[in-house]
Amino acid sequence: MNSPAAIVEGAPPIDEIGVNERVARLFKRSVKKEAKVKALTMTLNMLDLTTLAGKDTPGKVKQLCYKAAHLHDVFPGLPTVAAVCVYPSMVSTARQALEGTGIKVASVATAFPGGMTALKLKLAEVKGVVEDGADEVDMVLSRGRFLQGDYAYVYDEIAAVKSACGPAHLKVILETGELVTLDNVRRAGDLAMAAGADFIKTSTGKVSPAATPPVVLVMLEAIRDFYFRTGKKVGMKPAGGIKTAKQAIQYLVMVRETLGQAWLTPDRFRFGASSLANDVLMQIVKQATGVYQSGDYFSID
Amino acid sequence: MTVDKKHRKGDNPHIDYNTDWTYAPAPESTDHIRLKRRYELFIDGEFVPPVKGNYFATINPATEEKLAEVPEATGEDIDRAVTAARSAFGKVWSPMAAAERGKYIYRIARLLQERAREFAVIESLDGGKPIRESRDIDIPLAAAHFFYYAGWADKLDYAFPGRKTRPLGVAGQIIPWNFPLLMAAWKIAPALATGNTVVLKTAETTPLTAMKLAELFRAADLPPGVVNIVTGGGKTGQMIVNHPDVDKIAFTGSTEVGKYIRRALAGTGKRYTLELGGKAANIIFEDAAIDQAVEGIINGIFFNQGHVCCAGSRLYVQESIAPEILRKLQDRLATLIVGDPLDKNTDIGAINSRMQLEKIESYVRIGKEEGGKIFQPPCKLPEKGYWYAPTLFTDVSQSHRIVQEEIFGPVLPIQTFRTVDEVIAKANNTPYGLSGGVWTDKGAKIFKVTRQIRAGVIWANTYNKFDPTSPFGGYKESGMGREGGLQGLLPYVELV
Repeated sequence: MNSPAAIVEGAPPIDEIGVNERVARLFKRSVKKEAKVKALTMTLNMLDLTTLAGKDTPGKVKQLCYKAAHLHDVFPGLPTVAAVCVYPSMVSTARQALEGTGIKVASVATAFPGGMTALKLKLAEVKGVVEDGADEVDMVLSRGRFLQGDYAYVYDEIAAVKSACGPAHLKVILETGELVTLDNVRRAGDLAMAAGADFIKTSTGKVSPAATPPVVLVMLEAIRDFYFRTGKKVGMKPAGGIKTAKQAIQYLVMVRETLGQAWLTPDRFRFGASSLANDVLMQIVKQATGVYQSGDYFSID
Repeated sequence: MTVDKKHRKGDNPHIDYNTDWTYAPAPESTDHIRLKRRYELFIDGEFVPPVKGNYFATINPATEEKLAEVPEATGEDIDRAVTAARSAFGKVWSPMAAAERGKYIYRIARLLQERAREFAVIESLDGGKPIRESRDIDIPLAAAHFFYYAGWADKLDYAFPGRKTRPLGVAGQIIPWNFPLLMAAWKIAPALATGNTVVLKTAETTPLTAMKLAELFRAADLPPGVVNIVTGGGKTGQMIVNHPDVDKIAFTGSTEVGKYIRRALAGTGKRYTLELGGKAANIIFEDAAIDQAVEGIINGIFFNQGHVCCAGSRLYVQESIAPEILRKLQDRLATLIVGDPLDKNTDIGAINSRMQLEKIESYVRIGKEEGGKIFQPPCKLPEKGYWYAPTLFTDVSQSHRIVQEEIFGPVLPIQTFRTVDEVIAKANNTPYGLSGGVWTDKGAKIFKVTRQIRAGVIWANTYNKFDPTSPFGGYKESGMGREGGLQGLLPYVELV
């Protein structure tokens, strides 16, 4: 196996202008009619419905969990979201509220969003959320350590968190807004995958910019190369700043033309978003009825 | 290197792009398009029938249906057109204040922008290119050329400091079928900006956007005779080249015809620029940004179905990364959508004509006979019309004809190389010298390599980028003279 430093050095250079052009071309795909409806339905099913605020309460989390399973009951045939994503202290509440729905509980962990604490505390936090019933753990990459070139620390930390996760799936948040360059995004993605990430995720949502199309494309291409190298299919989760159905469809186009069929599933692709669902629902109803309804016809939870 | 199909079988990693979720048809509307059943010659500001009364059909290569018919101009018609251009040159256009000429060109540019959608649809109907390209490249770039040269009209003193310019007179311009409107703009805009008048002949298979451009000239109140547009085949072009009252020939087309023109013009004193064929080397070094290079290879050869004189039609990949590049290319080919040019999702449209399709087919046959290994993605081609699947060839060398000759279609021969010197030698080992591409993350290598490649345009870490400010033209059998940019003014003026 390659050393962490060798993994980073082995990452191919990324040409930002070329990435932007590829993104622009992918975004020219025109997705209409039945193709649009299918994309919108997939989007709902790939959602990690998220609430990550200091003011979150069990009451708020329960309301969100109900919405997760009942997106728009007046319109039959809709899927549920994939998961509800909360802070560690809300995991047991979410676990209870989602019992029997098939919806996963995801928890951020490892001193989200900064990650600036000792490894032993991070591991304790991870074990705690898994005990409380989290199916998925969204950890944050130690960006400072990465930027100072301490790749072994970053790698070992991810590997340690992965083993602390036990049966839970691990998503590694790169926080690409703090990594800044696409070269760094690629290197951090390669490092996280090699260290055992089940998913790589763009952002915490607390740093701007969050998910951007060029960053997502670079990560999808890293996943593709990792798959050809190892046979392992790592998932992808863009998070933060995805608010409209149109954006979601554009990301699905990217997934389709980069990773194909095997990634067009909630097992390998997720959207981390708090306000995307209602725009998608509005578009689905519009496709069926031909008219847009006002926002007041879609519940906000 | 051989085509590695291992990853497509069994447990080996492979990507399935044949997804459950696909795109629904998204055809661009043709409702707003008004095409006449028959077009006439545009001479002296009027639409006039040809003297001999012969017409020929122009068809939609995607359906083989007739779109309209256009005149076959003969010697009498060319005489009339040249006479009109000569008269407009002497009486109106060259005496006009340069700033006023500029205003007309600006007006043409603006009108073209306003009617861009209509021009784009007609370009795709008549020529087969995807609407994505005609909408986003051909038409906006044509307008950009008019804007750019409009700006030069009253600033020629600054283009050639310390010198005065004099227009040449009547320019005979002959354009190809691969970028019909764009080539018309490339040629007409600098000629008008420098005070010349024009007789332009369209390509046989793609006359319609030039006919619409003639309507636009009328809408812009361009004085009669300043631009005259005739239609016809090779014979019509020959009569323009040999007309005694034409002062300059600008030709874009095949090297074969270019050679004829040079012979015909020898000793006549007529000026000329020739933009001819190409067989460009696109070079991928092992330190390149791989996924972006793959995209550049795709754009280099499959842009406009490969009907591009500067296409990256000889690929050179450094041996250490060849298997990876090839695998990625094959995957990328699987996501290219071939079909209806008017569908917004189409990547590769129709081949321009039956003749061109037969030429491509014959080269692919030759490639196979000579032992090349062919790769084509599974793709369903429409039954009617002219189509060709994107094609890769490996196991070829400099000695293979498909590496040496211009195919002008979506067919890419791929060779590997080991060292910088080797690839430079191979890149230059061609009678052509129009363009090239270099992909590497090392800035120094870009300069080292591009300096040694004998070609008019070389792109680094990109391909097929065009801009009116940039000169374009070839070395060796790719032609002479430059079009575009400041340099594109020179062929239309005499410096005094």
